Amino acid sequence: MSQYQLMTDDQKDLCAIVHDFCKKKVDPYVAEWDEKSFCPIDTVKELMDLGFWGIDVPEEYGGADLDVSTIMYIRMAMAYHDAGFANTFSAQTFGWKPVLLAGSEEQKKKWGSLLSEQGRKFWSMCITEPQSGSDAGNCKTKAVKDGDDYIITGNKCFVTNGGVADLYTVTACTDPTKGTHGISLFIIDRNMPGVSVGKHENKMGIRTSNTTDLALDEVRVPAANMIGEEGTGFKTIMKMLSRTRPTGVAPAVGVAERAIDLAVEYSRNRLSFGQPIGKLEGIQFKLADMEMKLEVSRSQLAYSASLVDKGIYDTLVGSCTKCFVSEAVLDICLQAQQIYGGYGFSKEYPLEKLVRDARIYSIYEGSSEIQRYIIGKTLVGKL
Amino acid sequence: MDFSEYKDLWVFIETDEGKAASGGLELLNPGVQLAHRLGQKAVAVVLGKDNAEAERAAIAYGADKVISVEGDDYEEYTTEGYTYGLNQLIEKYKPSILMIGATIIGRDLGPRLSCRLKTGLTADCTELDVDVETGNMAWTRPAFGGNLMATIMCERTRPQMGTVRPGVFKKVAPDVSRTAEIVKESIPVPAGVIRTKLIESIREAVGEMVKLEDAEIIVSGGRGLGGPEGFETTIKPLADALGGAVGASRAAVDSGWIPHIHQVGQTGKTVAPKIYIACGISGAIQHLAGMSGSDCIVAINKDPDAPIFGVADYGIVGDLYQVVPIMTAEVKKLKS
Amino acid sequence: MNIAVCVKQVPDTTQVKIDPVTNTLVREGVPSILNPFDGFALEMALRMKDLAGGTVTAISMGPPQAEAVLRESMAVGADDAYLVSGRAFGGSDTLATSYILSRAVAAVEEKRGAKFDVVFCGKQAIDGDTGQVGPEMAEHMDYAQITYATEVVSCSDNKVRIRKETADGYDVLEAALPVVVSVTKTPFELRFPTVKKRLAANRAQIPVITPEDMEAQSLIDLARCGLKGSPTKVKKSFTPVRNKVCNVIEEDSLSASAVKLIAVLSNDKKI
Repeated sequence: MSQYQLMTDDQKDLCAIVHDFCKKKVDPYVAEWDEKSFCPIDTVKELMDLGFWGIDVPEEYGGADLDVSTIMYIRMAMAYHDAGFANTFSAQTFGWKPVLLAGSEEQKKKWGSLLSEQGRKFWSMCITEPQSGSDAGNCKTKAVKDGDDYIITGNKCFVTNGGVADLYTVTACTDPTKGTHGISLFIIDRNMPGVSVGKHENKMGIRTSNTTDLALDEVRVPAANMIGEEGTGFKTIMKMLSRTRPTGVAPAVGVAERAIDLAVEYSRNRLSFGQPIGKLEGIQFKLADMEMKLEVSRSQLAYSASLVDKGIYDTLVGSCTKCFVSEAVLDICLQAQQIYGGYGFSKEYPLEKLVRDARIYSIYEGSSEIQRYIIGKTLVGKL
Repeated sequence: MDFSEYKDLWVFIETDEGKAASGGLELLNPGVQLAHRLGQKAVAVVLGKDNAEAERAAIAYGADKVISVEGDDYEEYTTEGYTYGLNQLIEKYKPSILMIGATIIGRDLGPRLSCRLKTGLTADCTELDVDVETGNMAWTRPAFGGNLMATIMCERTRPQMGTVRPGVFKKVAPDVSRTAEIVKESIPVPAGVIRTKLIESIREAVGEMVKLEDAEIIVSGGRGLGGPEGFETTIKPLADALGGAVGASRAAVDSGWIPHIHQVGQTGKTVAPKIYIACGISGAIQHLAGMSGSDCIVAINKDPDAPIFGVADYGIVGDLYQVVPIMTAEVKKLKS
Repeated sequence: MNIAVCVKQVPDTTQVKIDPVTNTLVREGVPSILNPFDGFALEMALRMKDLAGGTVTAISMGPPQAEAVLRESMAVGADDAYLVSGRAFGGSDTLATSYILSRAVAAVEEKRGAKFDVVFCGKQAIDGDTGQVGPEMAEHMDYAQITYATEVVSCSDNKVRIRKETADGYDVLEAALPVVVSVTKTPFELRFPTVKKRLAANRAQIPVITPEDMEAQSLIDLARCGLKGSPTKVKKSFTPVRNKVCNVIEEDSLSASAVKLIAVLSNDKKI
């Protein structure tokens, strides 16, 4: 649970709230939640009620208007206690981001404002479909105009917060002839007829984060729920990703911090051949490699966050950060597990969960392969 | 301030329904010794409605003299009534030393009274000594959560006051044939002095539950219990079999497994039973501060390096859930 | 209701360790925290405000860095905060400390233009562990006192009813305002700070009340403060020695050990 020299007092104090809360309300239960694959949505909301609803929302809509750097540290702090918890929170803040980026003033007031009754609704972003993961432009969900409404039909999968959300931001195709320019974004209320939530995905890691399918069967959505113009949905998503991707992987660092803290504590206390294993150079070098990767990951994230806070949205940097950090963190956790030996393989001890949780970061939100593809293509340019 | 006017060592005898509580009677043991070293008297001071029983007890436990204030105003303890009465007595008789048990009442009364007298009060003492030359008491007490002991003196003012931890000193064997002077005083409390009113008074599970401070045997549970059920299924049966009381560590209380009233330690109760059985308690210094005065300490803990073994007389390294039920069965066998 | 809470910054004594070689207290690296009992007192004050309306004012005596606990108090809901600080206050025992605090309360009342109806404080600070400042403040101010408080039962018509711990249960005491309430461990914990209040607290100006200011306003007699105003003196301090040898019973099985233990205790006439 280290703090970076660059953190401001405000950032440290807000992280302290998260740590204090999670120590009391998350740590004692997280093993059980993980075992049962239970999403502690009430606990997440209890934390949100301390002022974390809409922390990225401008003050005019009742939010705390915190910068990306601060929110990044907050998400790291959550993930130190549980990666899934951080995931639930992050997905919520990303869910309504398109409203902020592309919505009308009316929509921002209605859907975004903490002053409105929607202010404490839980959001979920639904892009992925069974046939389209990395190729988000391949959208089969259809939205057909019908008077003042759209009729939306399709299936979404791997929906984070699918089972716990009140509101969904959904991509749907309004014009199949136009490719990505035919995709639009809609706000769908869970209570609308035709919305059904599928079963919770039984995942390897981040098991306390709720993941479901979402089936939309001729859901009638008012045109007023469309974010931006028809056909601008994909552009909005890309715009959002350019702002969220550079720090999207931040929770991974919280997981790695926990892994290193546990590994260091274990090396200091575990005796082998009559001495703490931490005295062995072999262990010290392992810890050193882990710490190097953590330090560099943190620094890279701090850099990425500063860029976004300065209004510089650099896809290359975002992809480099995501790819490097997610792979570094998995390696850190695996090495921590190695130091823990058999206890690192046992579910009785906390390390095994960290390894499972860390596995997701190089898979979701743009896999390592997609990131390398983006980086490579950017470097080489059009040939 | 002319110190020569001040003499004798007073012990405040707290009463409960007319009976002397053990806190004050314990203090007569060191009180008498210290007073006699100074060539002075150990005086028991009793406030109440009917003090006959408490007066007799004070004499049996060694008081050289008793000052007894009786009246309806003193039937129930009130901060301001008792402070008024004692302040009047002290102004009249000018004791050199006043010792009060560091009970809930003593720690409410002591500071109020010392502040009125503008004198020093040392809280929650565990060791007492006196300098015969100067008549200065050396009050020793734990601070810093039991990590540090400090010896404190009050050299410029009189009386010197201290509250003393219950359970630290043992009562002497009572001698009912002893006699001593009893001075009766009447100090009615003027109207308006007492500004609090007792609305409700609840005593929890009287009779069934043995009071922690008075128990001769205490079985305590800590974090190692893993949950609230352990107190019912494991700790209480052993306590019941031994005729003892149930205690708890702060970790167990903070986890909400058992009410605070059972907490032993720096921020809970101080106990000194004949046997203290610590089950699943690691022995943080704050806990040790509340029970290390016990005659015999038994520790049952999974961790052989737990600090509790550093103060224990007997120990078993192992899972309390495997050990304690067997102990309970053995005790039952012994008693039948 | 004008509610005051006295809070203190203390070292986290649960993290204090004894140097095994020198047998002295290791204070380095021990974090400073809000005294836990003051946290309970603060929560009780905030609950009283929730119940009866009004304001909660946090007051702390200590060095400049004690400001941190005042900001912490504001982050959970205290409306304003004052730091009482100055060299003349150093070395005070409980009598001098309670005198200074009682006068500081008067100084704050003057600044705020209103008397406090209730002054809350924690039962004891975990560094000094005396538990004397609350009752002594009540005496200095000539207010009624309720100690070992665990809950505000009601608060109306210029009266409070407070539940307090007793040796074998609890009492409910009623007192007319103003009153000093000293709070022990409560069934509830101090609420968490909120984002906006935490950020506002970090930006708040915390007025400092100095001995010089108080003397200039004839609010205090400095002869009653600090070392010279303290009747008690610490003559020496030392770390307690523990050197018992534990007789660890280790039979073939845990149950055999348990049987042996009871036999040993019984033989020694312990039970």
